[in-house]
Amino acid sequence: MDEAALDAMIDAGTTLLGIEMKPEWRAAVRMHLTISLGHAAVVLETPLPDHLDPAPVFRA
Amino acid sequence: MTHATEIASAVGSGRTRATDVMTACMDKIGRLNPVLNAFTTVTAERALAKAAALDTAIASGAKPGPLAGVPFAVKNLIDVAGLPTLAGSKINRDHPPAAEDAPLVQRLEAAGAILVGALNMGEYAYDFTGENVHEGPSRNPFDTARMSGGSSGGSGSAVGGGLVPLALGSDTNGSIRVPASFCGLFGLKPTYGRLTRAGSFPFVSSLDHLGPFTRSVADLAVAYDAMQGYDAADPACVDRPVEPVSGLLDSGVDGLRIASAGGYFRAGASAEALTALDSIAAALGCAETVMIPEAQRARSSAYVITTTEGAALHMQRLRTRPDDFDADVRDRLIAGALVPAAAVVQAQKFRRWFRDEMLKLFQRYDAILAPATPCVAPLIGQKTFVLDGKEMPVRPNIGIYTQPISFIGLPVVAVPVPTSLGLPIGVQIITAPWREDIALRIARALEASGAAVAPVAKLEA
Repeated sequence: MDEAALDAMIDAGTTLLGIEMKPEWRAAVRMHLTISLGHAAVVLETPLPDHLDPAPVFRA
Repeated sequence: MTHATEIASAVGSGRTRATDVMTACMDKIGRLNPVLNAFTTVTAERALAKAAALDTAIASGAKPGPLAGVPFAVKNLIDVAGLPTLAGSKINRDHPPAAEDAPLVQRLEAAGAILVGALNMGEYAYDFTGENVHEGPSRNPFDTARMSGGSSGGSGSAVGGGLVPLALGSDTNGSIRVPASFCGLFGLKPTYGRLTRAGSFPFVSSLDHLGPFTRSVADLAVAYDAMQGYDAADPACVDRPVEPVSGLLDSGVDGLRIASAGGYFRAGASAEALTALDSIAAALGCAETVMIPEAQRARSSAYVITTTEGAALHMQRLRTRPDDFDADVRDRLIAGALVPAAAVVQAQKFRRWFRDEMLKLFQRYDAILAPATPCVAPLIGQKTFVLDGKEMPVRPNIGIYTQPISFIGLPVVAVPVPTSLGLPIGVQIITAPWREDIALRIARALEASGAAVAPVAKLEA
C-alpha cells in the first residue's frame, strides 16, 4: 500500500474507533501499520482447511 | 552466597539468619539500583518483617521451605499487596493498590522466599528493550550503556547484577528469554497453561506466560516447582498434577534426541548468536539440524495476535489518555487497532496447524535448540539494527527467534553463553508441551560442563 492509502486507512480507522490521531504520531503509526499489515498478509496468503477450528482455550 | 539454593540451605540449617540475608540484599539494592534502575519499588519493611518471622519460626523448630530466606522480586505487572500494579505504565499509577499478592508470589513465599520489591519493565510489556519512558531504562549489568532486554528488563537487570538470586517476569513473545539472553541468565518460559497468571496485568491473553529468572538451573527448578499447581482463577491454566523437576536435574542427557533449528532460525543471526548456538549443540553432541516448517508464518501470526489483542486491551486508554502512553507503545497499539479481523482469526487457526506440525517433530526429537536473540544487547536508545543484511527497527525484531515458539506455548529454558564481545547471549532449549523436565535436564548438563554460565556482572570494585 502506498502512503496515501495507509493514511486513508489510518484516518478512517481512528475516526471509527474514536482514537485521536495527532499529526506528530502519524509517521510512527504508518511505519507500524506497514509492519503489521505485512505480517497480516503473510498470515492470509495461504488458505487453511475450513475445518481447522481455532480453540476457545488454546492447549499447548 | 549468590544462589537461591545456597541461601535456602544456610537459612534452613540455621547457619545464617534470614534477617542478615535481607539486610545484605537491601544494602546491595541501595548501592546498585541507582546504576541499574531495576527496581521501581523496594518493599524493605515487609521483607525485614517476613525475615524476622522466618528466623523466629526456624529457631522454634519449624521446617524451613526449599526457598527459606531467598530474596526475590517481581516484574511490576505482578500484583503485590499494597502497590498499584503498574505494568510499566504511567496510567496504572492511578489504579488502586492490589488487595493481595498474586498467587505465584504467595506460592514462592509459602516455600520460604521473601519478596523484596517490584521491577521495572517496558510499558504494558510491549517491547524487547527494557526501555521505559516513565521510569528510565533498566540497564544491562554487563554494560550499563546497553539494553537489559524486554519486556522483563528489570528482572534481567536485577538478577544479572546480583541484586536478587530470583526474579519473576512474563513472556508473551520472548520477554523472559530476551532479557535472559542479554543479561546472561537462565530463564524458564514454561508450557502455556502451566503456571497461573492470576493477579498479573495482562498483555495478550492468548500468549501470556509467567516464569522465573535465576543464575543457576537448580534455582530455576526449585522456584518453578514451588509455583506449579492448578488455579481456576486463570482460565488458561491447565488442571494437571504438579510435576516436580528438582529431583530430576542430574539425570543426564544420554539418549536424548536433540537437534539444532536451521533455516529461519539461522538467517539473520549474528556471528555471536551462531557461535553460541553451535557451541551448545557441540557440548550436547548434537550434529543434526531440523527445519521447523512455516516458522515465518508462525512469527507473523504471533505478531498479528499480539498487536490486535494488545490494541483491544488498551482501547479505552488509547481513546481517553493517549498522551499518557509511551509514544513507542501508543503508536504500535494504534496501528494494531487497524489490522483486519480476518488476519487475527486466521492466525488463531494457524496456531492449531503449527502446533500439530511441531508435535510431529517432537516425535523425532526430545529437544530443539535455537538462538534466543539475533545479537547481543544493543545500545540503549538504538532504534535500528542490521538483520539478514537489511536495516530493521530494533523494537519489533529482537524477538524473531522467540516469537514462533511462544506462539504455541512450548516450554523453553534460555541458557546463557559467553561471547567474544564480553557480553552474554542466550540459546533456547525447546521441548514438547509439559516437558520442562527435559529442557531443565539439558540446561543442567550444560551448566555442569561449563558450556552455559551465568556469572554475576562485576559492577563494583
